Amino acid sequence: MNAATTSQKLLSRAALDQARGRRYAARKRVNQVALTLSLAAMAFGVFWLVWILWETLRLGLGGLSLTLFTEMTPPPNEAGGLANALYGSFMMVLLATFVGTPIGILAGIYLAEYGRRGWLAPATRFVNDILLSAPSIVIGLFVYTVVVLRFKSFSGWAGVVALALIVVPVVIRTTENMLLLVPASLREAAYALGTPKWKVITLVTLRAARAGVITGVLLAVARIAGETAPLLFTALNNQFWSGDLSKPLASLPVTIFKFAMSPYENWQQLAWAAVFLITVAVLALNILARVLTRQK
Amino acid sequence: MQDHKGFPVSITLTAPPMPQPQRQSGTGQAQPPTRGPLISAQLADRLFAWLARSAALLTLASLLGILISLLVGAWPSISTYGLGFLTNSAWDPVQNNYGGLVMIYGTLMTSAIALLIAVPVSFGIALFLTELSPAWLKRPLGTAIELLAAVPSIVYGMWGLMVFGPILATWVQQPLQALLTGVPYLGALVSGPPVGIGILSAGIILAIMIIPFIASVMRDVFEVTPALLKESAYGLGATTWEVIWKVVLPYTKAGVLGGVMLGLGRALGETMAVTFVIGNMNQLNSLSVFEAANSITSALANEFAEAGEGLHQASLIYLGLVLFFITFVVLSASKLLLARLQKAEGARA
Repeated sequence: MNAATTSQKLLSRAALDQARGRRYAARKRVNQVALTLSLAAMAFGVFWLVWILWETLRLGLGGLSLTLFTEMTPPPNEAGGLANALYGSFMMVLLATFVGTPIGILAGIYLAEYGRRGWLAPATRFVNDILLSAPSIVIGLFVYTVVVLRFKSFSGWAGVVALALIVVPVVIRTTENMLLLVPASLREAAYALGTPKWKVITLVTLRAARAGVITGVLLAVARIAGETAPLLFTALNNQFWSGDLSKPLASLPVTIFKFAMSPYENWQQLAWAAVFLITVAVLALNILARVLTRQK
Repeated sequence: MQDHKGFPVSITLTAPPMPQPQRQSGTGQAQPPTRGPLISAQLADRLFAWLARSAALLTLASLLGILISLLVGAWPSISTYGLGFLTNSAWDPVQNNYGGLVMIYGTLMTSAIALLIAVPVSFGIALFLTELSPAWLKRPLGTAIELLAAVPSIVYGMWGLMVFGPILATWVQQPLQALLTGVPYLGALVSGPPVGIGILSAGIILAIMIIPFIASVMRDVFEVTPALLKESAYGLGATTWEVIWKVVLPYTKAGVLGGVMLGLGRALGETMAVTFVIGNMNQLNSLSVFEAANSITSALANEFAEAGEGLHQASLIYLGLVLFFITFVVLSASKLLLARLQKAEGARA
């Protein structure tokens, strides 16, 4: 009797162990499969980046030459460059940054330094996050109805307004985040010396957060440098050199769009060269921004 | 009192951050030299606060401005078609008859395909970056993924049209067509000319574009999971996968959903990448994923600058309004979900 139960116990124990072992092996297998898939996902993500950069490099380098910077965008099947598009993009990005940055920094200051209570700060923060991801083509529509229809003409200025509207949310977000990182003791020390609030903000906190704020501006510039959708029906395009911002103005992204969709070989080649220039500029700005914050 | 005038120290000291109005009236005559800078400092303070406040108000106003201007611009179309616009599949500038169904279908379908691909991949990437990656690899890999987000959409579009589309046509579409011809439904789903243009290529390129957004949100929310929870699970013998699936994911599900919504918002509103590869054809006869179609953003990009004022333009703005409304709802949901996780995080800390 006693011996039987012991052997039964031993048997069931062995069976249980076996079942547990199988169970454990299965769990381990699931784990291994999941982790392998995760590794594959990571490789998948990096793979696209490498592929896109590689193709841009391969196809873009072929079209690079000095004439890109000296000649105008050509008619189909003629040699030419991108000078007017480069100039137009440069002007619009520069002006949009100058218009958008002060507004963004001021609003960021409001959120970080003044918006302790009341409805305005949370509402602005919410709206800003929406604007940050809002479709940029809708911003183009907005500027079209407000600026282009009013002045009865597509113009470089309309493009500047549209791009500035994209700069503002980016700068607000980074400015607020960076100001919130400034230790409160710094502010309190300045207040204790009798400094008025606006001086505390401009001379102490903003200065302490300088690197971060500059990073935000750089990221905003990188963002608008490649923006096409908001320019399509604001600045439109211009095949010729134009320094007049109240007329339609060429830009690099819109030129790429027009040239890439065309069947002409030389236009496509120029489009690849332009893609190369934009990609290099945008990635360089992003990496610069990262280096700046890392030093901080 | 007069002696103090000579000391610069006393001047700064008499300008405290909290002004005392009674003192001004009481000793108004006694200290004119210190009163001057005091008042201008207050004025500057008020001016600065007002400036900052109006910048914030401007941001709010721009959202309202977008809404109002789109409503006004779309009004001719809204008053003509009402909500029937959304279910009308005609788009005929010659007959001046417009409906948004084709574009809305294209937008929703491409975004759905994008999410279908991007969500599992982003989850894998976030899992890799938080649990598996050796410490020295975390930073470069994270940066690489974030750079993927920085590449301008027109570059994706160009690449998709010139490089990816033909490859997709040769290596995916043609084998699938060979395999599925004659099979009902499935055969129709992959029909179409083998040029690599259509809803599927647009969806795949959108997926590549939104992976970085979703992955970085997921990574960030995974990292807020308390180490204590994870270690307890490991201590009970759970495998890495079980910890992620049964501890980290339930803890962060609001944030993960928020990240997915953020990606969806991006995918819905993306213009250039889609315009390049979707083919821009207003048709719903063939639901094949390889057939050229149209989306809201690409219709706007292609037609708006040339559209005549009147019903055509108004209908395009109506489409823009629909797009803005959808993304607004999706992005608000994303924001609220992410805020909920942050609140939980705050309550715990």
